[in-house]
Amino acid sequence: MESPSAPPAAPETELRSSGSFFRRHPAAVRTLQLSGPVLWLVLAYIGSLVVLLSRSLFQKDELSERLIREPTLDNITTVLTGSVYRDAALRTLGIALAVTIIDLLIAVPMSVFMAKVASPRLRRILVVAVLTPLWASYVVKAYAWRALLDPVGGVVKNVTGSSPGYGVTATILTLAYLWLPYMILPVYAGLDRLPNSLLEASSDLGAKTNRTFRSIIIPMLIPSLLAGSIFTFSLTLGDYIAIKFVGGTSQTMGSIIAQYFVGGNDLLAAAYALVPVAIMGIYLVLVGRSGALENL
Amino acid sequence: MKHHPSTSRRRIGGAIALAAAMALVATSCGDDTKTATDSTPSTVKVADTSGAGEGALSIVVWAGYAENGSTSKEVDWVTPFESESKCKVDAKVAGTSDEMVELIKSGAYDGVSASGNASLRLIASGDVAPVNTKLLDNYNDVAPFLKMQNYNSKDGQAYGQPHGWGANLLQYNADVVTTPPDSWGAVYAADSPNKGKITAYDDWTTIADAAIYLKATKADLKIGDPYSLDQTQFDAAVQLLKDQKPLIGEYWSDYLKYEEAVTKGSIVLGTTWQTIANTLTAAAPPVNVKTVLPKEGSTAWSDTWMLSSKAKHPNCVYKWMNWVSSPAIQAQIAQYYGQAPANLKACTIAAAGFCDQYHAADEAFAKQLYYWTVPTEKCLDGSDRVCVGFKKWAEAWTEVKG
Repeated sequence: MESPSAPPAAPETELRSSGSFFRRHPAAVRTLQLSGPVLWLVLAYIGSLVVLLSRSLFQKDELSERLIREPTLDNITTVLTGSVYRDAALRTLGIALAVTIIDLLIAVPMSVFMAKVASPRLRRILVVAVLTPLWASYVVKAYAWRALLDPVGGVVKNVTGSSPGYGVTATILTLAYLWLPYMILPVYAGLDRLPNSLLEASSDLGAKTNRTFRSIIIPMLIPSLLAGSIFTFSLTLGDYIAIKFVGGTSQTMGSIIAQYFVGGNDLLAAAYALVPVAIMGIYLVLVGRSGALENL
Repeated sequence: MKHHPSTSRRRIGGAIALAAAMALVATSCGDDTKTATDSTPSTVKVADTSGAGEGALSIVVWAGYAENGSTSKEVDWVTPFESESKCKVDAKVAGTSDEMVELIKSGAYDGVSASGNASLRLIASGDVAPVNTKLLDNYNDVAPFLKMQNYNSKDGQAYGQPHGWGANLLQYNADVVTTPPDSWGAVYAADSPNKGKITAYDDWTTIADAAIYLKATKADLKIGDPYSLDQTQFDAAVQLLKDQKPLIGEYWSDYLKYEEAVTKGSIVLGTTWQTIANTLTAAAPPVNVKTVLPKEGSTAWSDTWMLSSKAKHPNCVYKWMNWVSSPAIQAQIAQYYGQAPANLKACTIAAAGFCDQYHAADEAFAKQLYYWTVPTEKCLDGSDRVCVGFKKWAEAWTEVKG
């Protein structure tokens, strides 16, 4: 990233006084330039998180649903000690990990082919093919997977003779499909930036394809892989719709939070929503420590 | 490329990315879409007169309560209402009472067909307004045991137009389940041949269904009203449902998804509404489902059309209440849906024997059903035990699903 450039010199003929003011005070320019986005970030993003946290500290009158203005840790205690919440959190983490690994395994070879093997024409077609599903409605795609995985008469059952049925496996498959483009795009972009000369040099020095892949491509791709994994991981942690279509009787953190929000139990939902936020926070800190965020 | 970012910039960049990703998780959980309203209930005046229609009406309904011909050409009482009242109807189907409460609280809807487990909460929170029964043309013809009940009135003030009532039933696919079940035991039997193809309604009221079964089979629990459960009784009902979970293929709340699952055969046995069974048997090709009211009895609904306290089209709501409670429309809805009409004059229009079949005027029968309501810690049956409140019911339902 480049540091913010100095403001362009204002035309001498007009706004001489204000122009010179800004020239003398570059910090004021930066403040003005950034105030909009920062305000948005603070109010809409961080603000909503603060509201979430603060609401989790209250209880509501059961019937009238009026807020009782007495802070309590009951909601937080409930989600931290209830076995159902722990199980759902672990299940969701497992799903998120599985989805991320599946997407990595598919995205890397796919991206290598797109960026380094395919002809420019084929590459364009493949990029379009990866992007197009993003234009289709999420619910339509989830419904399509519901039909594919139907335990009685689904396509998977008819073709392979068995189907995982609705449950955690089906949810992993569906989410891995849904989030695949979010993994392919950063990996493909990372590979596209990787100079071919490096690969040629590697092969000139006698490395075979495997060695080049292991020692050149993967190390240079790690920031892109981590970027993609942030998408697949965080999107899976928050998802609450796919599980309703193909999850059978299983629940995830997202589906429990959604059910509580609809069921007038939104304060407990707010407390539970802090768990995925915390998990994602830890994940991002780890990714940040690895230094990958700086190379994006 | 320069590679010497200052530590402070790195930290800021990291913090921004962190906050953005956290917000991504938070928003994808649907938190921000809900506006936090903790306003105290507004006291809404009862309307004195109803004026001209406002040209539009948006209502939250149970599936099958506002048919406009899109399900079946012959089933349409919304279009004639629109042309007569000039109120264009926008009906939003909700799958559960919880959803109805949530939708009404948003303030975007004028009215709702609320069951007891929604209406009590809506009245208590002030989200629905009292109605002037003088403006309800058909109120006098409503069966007396449906008027001024605890789920549609408060302090002697009516909160809506009774719509109809009926029991939640046990549905089975007669092609697969060849011995017709007559007991809820069929959905709880651990050795059921239909394991994995059983369903239950995805709502905390299902705990009451389990309590009804235990009431008949476990006398030592001394269960009376299935909504007035003390901790021991409640735990037993929840345990029954936890034991049932391995038998369940899917819980249902979206009736369209449920119908699809039954049509495809992945669900063959479980709780239903008569209207779902009717849709399935009328489909092409028809699905051979049958319904039964099990011998233990069942949970039931008694629905009331209510006026939102934030209604933008209150006159159209009154017009709608009058329309759907008129004898001819009541007969049409009741026969299409499969429920007892609230307006007894509908019985002279409905097919001969229909109202007898559904016990429309039979107060003794109606009293035997266990209408959805909101359990509170102060036991609903008036006993001085401590009961489990509905928030605990909702949390326990989450635990049942694991």
